[in-house]
Amino acid sequence: MTTIRVTVDGSTYEDEVEPRMLLVHYLREQLGKVGTVIGCDTSNCGACTVHVDGRSVKSCNMLAVQADGHEVTTIEGLATDGQLHPMQTAFHENHALQCGYCTPGMIMQACDVLRENPNPTEEQIRVGLEGNLCRCTGYQNIVKAVQQAAGALAGQQGGEQA
Amino acid sequence: MIPAAFDYVAPTSVADALAALAEHGDDAKVLAGGQSLIPILRMRLNTPETVVDLGRIEELRGIREDGDAIVIGAMTPYADVLGSDLVREHLGLLYKAVAEVADPQIRRRGTIGGALVHADPAGDVGAPALALGAEFVITGQGGERTVPAEEFFRDLFETAVEDGELLTAVRFPRHTGWGSHYEKFVRVAHQWSIVAVAAAVRVEGGTIAEARVGLTNMGATPLRAKAVEEALVGKELTEDAVAEACAAAAEGTRPPTDLNGDSDYRRHLATVLTRRAVLAAAGG
Repeated sequence: MTTIRVTVDGSTYEDEVEPRMLLVHYLREQLGKVGTVIGCDTSNCGACTVHVDGRSVKSCNMLAVQADGHEVTTIEGLATDGQLHPMQTAFHENHALQCGYCTPGMIMQACDVLRENPNPTEEQIRVGLEGNLCRCTGYQNIVKAVQQAAGALAGQQGGEQA
Repeated sequence: MIPAAFDYVAPTSVADALAALAEHGDDAKVLAGGQSLIPILRMRLNTPETVVDLGRIEELRGIREDGDAIVIGAMTPYADVLGSDLVREHLGLLYKAVAEVADPQIRRRGTIGGALVHADPAGDVGAPALALGAEFVITGQGGERTVPAEEFFRDLFETAVEDGELLTAVRFPRHTGWGSHYEKFVRVAHQWSIVAVAAAVRVEGGTIAEARVGLTNMGATPLRAKAVEEALVGKELTEDAVAEACAAAAEGTRPPTDLNGDSDYRRHLATVLTRRAVLAAAGG
C-alpha cells in the first residue's frame, strides 16, 4: 500500500491505496464520488474525464498514486454554492444529453475546451470533444450547449472586469 | 479491468530511477505518461512486479535550445510539445504529427519519450522523429549514449533502449523554414493511424531542394521513404512531378494486414497519402 494525499473537489484526503488502483476507482469507491462514471474501460470513451491540476485527463487511464500531491476536480465539484456551473446549465437548457451516461465526462472536457479557447468555432468544439463518445450520438445539442456556455462565461468575465 | 498487483516506486532523479531498474531487473516496467502502459496493465498483457514511475523526475521534462538542435525531455507531455513556440517554429512536422495523436485528454498525460520507447508502429511520433533525423539520448548506469533515429527503432515494440536504461531526451535538428505536413488516415476520430505520412520539404524558387518523408504503420517500425526523398530533390513543384516521385512510397515497406485493411491496400494508401503530404508541406 502507498499513502497518497490528494485534493478532490476542494477537500484534501489522505489514503492508503494499492498502487494498481485506478484514479477512477479511487474517486468512486474510496471517496464515493460516483458522479464520475466508467464507460468503456479502455480509455476511448472519455466518460471518466476529470481535471487534474485544472486540465482534463481520463481517470481510467491514470493510477491513483500518480495523483499524489495533485488537485482533482470531478463533475461533483463544478457547482459552487448550490449554483450549477454555466456548462451544466447549458447542457440542461439545450437538452445536451439523451441517456446521460457520457455527460459527466462531456461537461468536464467541454470546460477544458473553453479554458484552452474561450471562443471556439463549431469545428474547434467538435475536435476538442473528439475523445468523448456519445453513443446516443446526441452531439448536435452538446455542441450547442458548449456554444451557449462559451457565451455565458464570456459575459460573466466581462461582468467581472466591468 | 484492474491491473495485477505490483510494487510501485516513484524516484525523483534519473540516478534513482536507474538504481531502481538495476535492483528490480526484468521484473520492472517503466511508467512514463501511462497512456499505453496502463491499458496494457489493465488487460494484463503485462504483469510487472514493480512499476518505476518517472512522473516525479523534473529533469526529464521540458524543451530547450541547444546549438542547432531543439532538445525535448523524454517525459515532456504531448500537450507541452504543442504549446512550445520552439517546436512550432523549428519543428513544424513534429508539431503537426503530435496534434494528431489520440485526443486532448491523452495528449495531456502521454509523453513523447514514452511513445517513442513503446514503439507502436501505428503511433504518430516515430515517423516524424525518423524523418527529422532525431537523435535519441539513452542513459544507463554506465553513462549516456546517443543513438541516431535509423538505429533506434529495431522491431515491433522494440528499440535501442536496453534493459536497465532509460530514454532521457530526444534531440531534433532544427528545420526552420521547412514546409511540413502530417497526413493521417483513420477510420474514426482519435484512433491509431491505419497509415500516415510525415513530410517535410524545403522549397527554393519553385524547386524542391530537400525532402524528408517518414511512414507510419507501413512495417514493424516507422520507415523513411528514401526512394521518394531522392526522387523529389530537384523536382519542380508541380502536382504531376510530385505524384510521380511519390509513386515509390511503398518501396521496401512491409505493411501489416489487419481488420482496417490488407497490406496491398496500405501500399496504395502510402502513395496517395505521400503525394498529399508532400504537396501540403510544399504549400505551407
